Amino acid sequence: MTTRYTKDSEWIRTEGDEAVIGISDYAQGQLGDIVFVELPEVGKTLAKGDVAAVVESVKAASEVYAPAAGEVIAVNTSIKDDPSAVNRGAEGDGWFVRIKLKNPADIDSLMDAEAYGAFVAAH
Amino acid sequence: MADSAATAEPLLETVLAGLHRESGARMVPFAGYAMPVQYRDGIIAEHTHTRTSAGLFDVSHMGQAKITGPSFEAAAMALEAVTPGDFQNLKPGRMRYTLLLTPSGTIVDDMMVSRPDADMPGLMVVFNAARAAEDEAFLRAALPAGITLDVARERSMVALQGPKAATVLARHADIGGLAFMDVTQTTVDGVPATVSRSGYTGEDGFEIIMAPDKADAFVRKLLAEPEVKPIGLGARDTLRLEAGLPLYGHDIDETTTPVEADLGFALSPRRREAGDFPGASRILGELKDGAARKRVGLLIDGRMPAREGAAILSADGEAIGTVTSGGFSPTLARPIAMGYVSSRHAAPGTAVQIKVRDSLIKAEVAPMPFVPHTYFRRAGKGA
Repeated sequence: MTTRYTKDSEWIRTEGDEAVIGISDYAQGQLGDIVFVELPEVGKTLAKGDVAAVVESVKAASEVYAPAAGEVIAVNTSIKDDPSAVNRGAEGDGWFVRIKLKNPADIDSLMDAEAYGAFVAAH
Repeated sequence: MADSAATAEPLLETVLAGLHRESGARMVPFAGYAMPVQYRDGIIAEHTHTRTSAGLFDVSHMGQAKITGPSFEAAAMALEAVTPGDFQNLKPGRMRYTLLLTPSGTIVDDMMVSRPDADMPGLMVVFNAARAAEDEAFLRAALPAGITLDVARERSMVALQGPKAATVLARHADIGGLAFMDVTQTTVDGVPATVSRSGYTGEDGFEIIMAPDKADAFVRKLLAEPEVKPIGLGARDTLRLEAGLPLYGHDIDETTTPVEADLGFALSPRRREAGDFPGASRILGELKDGAARKRVGLLIDGRMPAREGAAILSADGEAIGTVTSGGFSPTLARPIAMGYVSSRHAAPGTAVQIKVRDSLIKAEVAPMPFVPHTYFRRAGKGA
């Protein structure tokens, strides 16, 4: 199990040839109260960088990009019913989508937790 | 996730910036200032606190000016030349909402005009921070010789809003005689201040203007009161949206008229009768025959917010307008919006659709305010 982060503050956690995607705890804090999450259809194919989901805070809508290519095999319907779950557990129960990775090497260029922490500290 | 764009210009700060940061504010650029968008508890908690207790807002970024002349009447007449308001009959201790109008009757800015005391040979105006430069240029060009525009760049302004605002402020100032849209020159904790019973939340509340070197100590005293918490611009926006109050640059601008914007109350009866304000022929025509479009409230089905710029369609799918402000209502726990629709679709209860990304969401034209105003009005008197 490997977790990586993007400069846009998504995280991706690989489990074999599958991966779970969400937004970082830092990102949820920056967004503030999350009031709506739009998730893709199961079965949708995402290229790396495609819009995988949309998260709406009180103030604004933000796009969540796929950190790696793959097919959506599950979405977290519980965050549709209770979007504040993303605020409470962005890197745990507040995950967004699970994909079957097309190319597991997609995540090699992403940051690990330490590098991401340094990245957000510098911004 | 997309980052918000960073600003290149150095930002101004109000004298309360240090206090905001101590209070856990996240500062964002707004109209050239670094301002608190929210504090630690977040927008929904701040919003709810204002609706149930008392919220303290730093609004020192707003534009303030005095318009003075040889007499009050001369200054009032000069302001009347660029607005549809009746200021010659504004009594000492009262304030009014008004609109600066272009010659064709569209809105340059909206502002509060007050006459704090009988001795001042003129009026005080408070206007939008984002329009300060335009307003100043517009007024300087419009005011006749002998009338002076004195822009106050060094005054602090805070708002205390909510059902407990009066109880709290009464511990610091004598506000017993003030009703909604009253204004007075008084002292708060011994500091000279202009205090009005007004605001931008739909709640009872006050706006307090004082010298900047006294503001930090005064605000710390207010924040030490158990009922008071600091509130950022994020909640200021959700509060005014629920209250149905337009935001300049979004819901009103130089393409909208007062009738389209449903701000007919700003057209004073005397000025309507005289027809002597900028754009009067167009505006009076719209009052008589109806405008082609109207600003309306929108109650949205489901949970997906509709934001500024979203297209509004009729139930049949015909394009009928655009959302100008939209978001999540913490009080109603659902998305709400305001926008312009063609007048045949403007009646409350009309079913419409709004295009959000790839979805068409259902909505209904709704009367505003979405959440009732709780202004403290003097018995038997209107606004």
